[in-house]
Amino acid sequence: MNWVKVCSYHDLVPQAGVAALIGDKQIALFLESEKKQVFAVSNWDPIGKANVLSRGLMTDVAGKLTVASPLYKQRYDLLTGECLDDDVTLSTWDVKLENDSVWIALK
Amino acid sequence: MSATEQMTKSTKPKLIVIGNGMVGHHFIEQMIQSGAHEEYQVTVFGEEKTLAYDRVHLSEYFSGKGYSDLAMTDGSLYVDNQILCETNAKVVGINQNEKTVTLEDGRDAAFDKLVLATGSYPFVPPIPGASRDNTFVYRTLDDLDDIREAAKTAKVGTVVGGGLLGLEAANAVKNLGLTTSVVEFAPRLMPVQLDDAGGSLLKNMIESLGVDVHTSTATTQIVDGEECVHRMEFADDRFIETDLIVFSAGIRPQDALAKKANLDVGERGGIVVNDFCQTSHPDVYAIGECALWEGRIFGLVAPGYTMAKVAASHLMSSNDLSFTGADMSTKLKLLGCDVGSIGDAHQNTPGAKSFVYRDDLTNVYRKLVVSEDGGKLLGAVLVGDNSYYDTLLQYYLNGLALPLAPESLILPLSDGEPKGLGAEMLPATASICSCHNVLKQDIADAIASGSLSVGDVKAVTKASTGCGGCSALLKKVVDSELLALGVEVSTDICEHFSFTRQDLYNLVKVEGIKTFDDLISKHGQGKGCEICKPAVANILASVWNDFVLKKEHISLQDTNDRFLANMQKDGTYSVVPRIPGGEITPEKLIVLGEVAKKYKLYTKITGGQRIDLFGATLTQLPLIWEELIAVGFETGQAYGKSVRTVKSCVGSTWCRYGVNDSMKMAIDIENRYKGLRSPHKLKFAVSGCTRECAEAQSKDIGIIATEGGWNLYVCGNGGMKPRHADLFATDLTDEQLIAYIDRVLMFYVKTADRLQRTSVWMDALEGGLDYLKQVVIEDSLGIASELEAQMALIVDTFQCEWKTAIENPESRKLFKSFVNTNGEDKNVVFVEERNQIRPATEIEKSQLIATTV
Ligand code: SRM
Ligand SMILES: Cc1cc2nc3c(=O)[nH]c(=O)nc-3n(C[C@H](O)[C@H](O)[C@H](O)COP(=O)(O)OP(=O)(O)OC[C@H]3O[C@@H](n4cnc5c(N)ncnc54)[C@H](O)[C@@H]3O)c2cc1C
Ligand code: SF4
Ligand code: FES
Repeated sequence: MNWVKVCSYHDLVPQAGVAALIGDKQIALFLESEKKQVFAVSNWDPIGKANVLSRGLMTDVAGKLTVASPLYKQRYDLLTGECLDDDVTLSTWDVKLENDSVWIALK
Repeated sequence: MSATEQMTKSTKPKLIVIGNGMVGHHFIEQMIQSGAHEEYQVTVFGEEKTLAYDRVHLSEYFSGKGYSDLAMTDGSLYVDNQILCETNAKVVGINQNEKTVTLEDGRDAAFDKLVLATGSYPFVPPIPGASRDNTFVYRTLDDLDDIREAAKTAKVGTVVGGGLLGLEAANAVKNLGLTTSVVEFAPRLMPVQLDDAGGSLLKNMIESLGVDVHTSTATTQIVDGEECVHRMEFADDRFIETDLIVFSAGIRPQDALAKKANLDVGERGGIVVNDFCQTSHPDVYAIGECALWEGRIFGLVAPGYTMAKVAASHLMSSNDLSFTGADMSTKLKLLGCDVGSIGDAHQNTPGAKSFVYRDDLTNVYRKLVVSEDGGKLLGAVLVGDNSYYDTLLQYYLNGLALPLAPESLILPLSDGEPKGLGAEMLPATASICSCHNVLKQDIADAIASGSLSVGDVKAVTKASTGCGGCSALLKKVVDSELLALGVEVSTDICEHFSFTRQDLYNLVKVEGIKTFDDLISKHGQGKGCEICKPAVANILASVWNDFVLKKEHISLQDTNDRFLANMQKDGTYSVVPRIPGGEITPEKLIVLGEVAKKYKLYTKITGGQRIDLFGATLTQLPLIWEELIAVGFETGQAYGKSVRTVKSCVGSTWCRYGVNDSMKMAIDIENRYKGLRSPHKLKFAVSGCTRECAEAQSKDIGIIATEGGWNLYVCGNGGMKPRHADLFATDLTDEQLIAYIDRVLMFYVKTADRLQRTSVWMDALEGGLDYLKQVVIEDSLGIASELEAQMALIVDTFQCEWKTAIENPESRKLFKSFVNTNGEDKNVVFVEERNQIRPATEIEKSQLIATTV
């Protein structure tokens, strides 16, 4: 796999998202800080048609971690990218933490 | 491989559908739902260049929606279910005997069964000149594109036809910025649905919006104009000039193919079908607007959907379903005017009696048509206020016995709310959603099998996913069904807290809880969601007035609060500094202009007497605020559920009528309450005399100067459901005024539901206005001093959130477009319009981005 280093763990915001630019791809990184788990999904909101998902609220829908679009509130499963409210899906990436650095596996 | 080539490979019987409009698409959905698509090799040919879209909401194409918003599928439905679908594929011939269809490009395709869903086409009256350039119809996305293009160079637009669609088209033409008129042949508007009185009232309303209406007007010819492109000459020797013309004078069934193939068609058009939607050839069906059933054409989508369902089931050799006609009642908002028509609006039933209520002052007209004995509702006409529609429609559709005084159903009630027919009174067979033919029983069934919320019921039954007109009724039915089952209609704010907002407020206050984590670990479960997180953040701010970007609060804030700015459609933000009372020095105005220029921001005076700068990126926000704060601006909290603006007039200082210094009062009040977070936003206004130039009676808190002091009005608002504020107390001193406002606001903050504005809150308070007066003026609960003390704490701990944010390196770090680089979002693209920037449209973007890389 083609792992690239994105940022340091401390650049992430606990229980919320930030955006990273890798090449010309925008990726939204969400930190579940209790479990030190990081999720990477596309920053592009396919319904609102803007790069905003990193700025949405992280929410828990019956145990599933999701992000709600800040524009029109559709919720997306952070693990699978699946939209709970509409027929669209986000791309997702594998993430690993190493020595306080956040790495993403590019496809 | 083309559809015709693929088809020949399958061994299943072949089913061809001609037309991929709303009904043709629904037919495919029905086939898939019943599994019938697996029995046939299904092929669809559609003439338009796109797959089916929502024609009912076509006009929204002009108000910002694109094809993808209106599209009924992204195509996956067809691909996933092995249905071949060709767009841009017009069928030009049917051979009944050989059972083939011929496409425009010459290809032939064989069928075993054929479904015609060709819809209808707009009727253009045979007026000489009707086919000149710059004349249009209003039916497809292409039509709208053409109209939009022509409107760019036009000043005047005219719609021929004052029916339902004509008025919708007129609205669109008006919204495109053209001077608009409507020309109608009949003596009144909406001749099919309205009676004379209703039609003439509607005409008044529409004319008062600046649209000219010419009824009883026949156009004799269209020739070159002198000032505009066209001159339309009328039979009575009058004429008008116009740059573009939209014909919307009715629709005609698209039966050309059927006629050519010698299928039976009606004398005035329409493909004759039986109760199973079969045409004169048993293997050929017709559904939707092209079908003629018992001499009737149905120009609405709901009957078409029913036909689609019937045909799909008959194709599976089932006779269970049949088409039995459809109700043509309609309710609409045309050019902002409510219009409703139910059943026998023209009182054609022998012996029918009617009741009429008419109010020329506020333009309201309502008519009930009842059976001879007064027992049943036969029809109704509504103009000006459709809140009566749902109840009347239920009486009509279900043949319910009318109350002894039927007129009570259309008389205005003192509290303004129409007398609703309790959902529990409706029979199980009551039709709740006519678009998807959902009965009350279907909803009960869905609930019985586990759909316990409106959202779930919608997903299972499809109710309320068509025109949306039934959504209020659906909610009532779901609630009443749940109640009947003994399921308590939950007042919990969400799945994470079994409490109301008021409970949570009290817990936070009484237990001194300062963080969300603390609250959820003590009183909730899970991790929180988009409902409870912002609600709790808001409560914490109302109670403790902590900085909202403190580490422990950040993840709770909805995007606008998290970045202290309002997100715009393209992901950029707006900047709204506070301008108390709307008063601003020339120096500050200059700074605003300079900052806007420096950062290239779109600049606009808002409806709230202040200035909004649009188009800032995340990275720019702190830089912009730094410059603004340096000259004394503060955050306007346009992003928060908090105090927005205090609108004011100049008052006694300048105005010859002013009786008190409204300007000073407005500024004092804005500065006093500016930091307050509340369940919903708060707007105030202060007028210097009863002429009320500041529109105080439309605000949450309104103040009007009197000879004896101040009159206080509370709980008004504009917005979606405007409500005038109620007079709360008169001739108050400055001190009394402030004390009362403190108490009203804090009592609201303490007891309101989340996102409940003051008007809705007060209407929900048991005892309403009188109760509120008792609590605030007479201190009946003994909490007046507590409320004032709570407000004092908020006033004393005020901080400008933007100042705190830019001074704090930790929070400044949040304002970066990307964590790993200084770049900016390439998808944010502006173009220039009227000398300022605006976000590029999708189409502009695709061109601009494509040419810059
Ligand atoms: C900028 C402005 C329009 C303008 O160009 O003039 C505006 C813009 C927005 N309004 Fe408004 N409203 C603006 C004056 C109004 C007014 C007029 C007034 O205040 O006198 C009203 C009706 C009066 C009222 O609220 O009672 C108004 C009724 C609404 C509503 C409907 C509220 C309701 O109770 O029905 C919303 C939606 C909401 O708040 O949930 C809304 C929401 C919005 C939002 C926040 C929508 C959003 O989330 O993106 C808009 C973004 C503001 C931004 O980006 O800065 N805006 N909005 C006005 C800002 C005033 C200001 O200086 O703060
Ligand atoms: C502006 C507007 C507003 C409306 N508002 C409402 C409303 O509020 N409520 C309501 O109930 N209804 C409303 N309607 C009516 C509603 O849109 C129609 O009832 C509905 O679209 C009918 O569906 P249909 O599939 O029968 O016809 P259509 O949606 O017209 O679809 C027919 C399709 O067949 C295609 N076709 C025709 N001939 C051929 C051929 N030979 N080969 C291939 N393809 C062919 C056409 O191009 C078209 O795409 C409105 C209509 C308009 C235009
Ligand atoms: S409300 Fe009264 S004081 Fe204010 S501007 Fe109007 S007339 Fe003048
Ligand atoms: S009546 Fe149109 S969606 Fe229900």
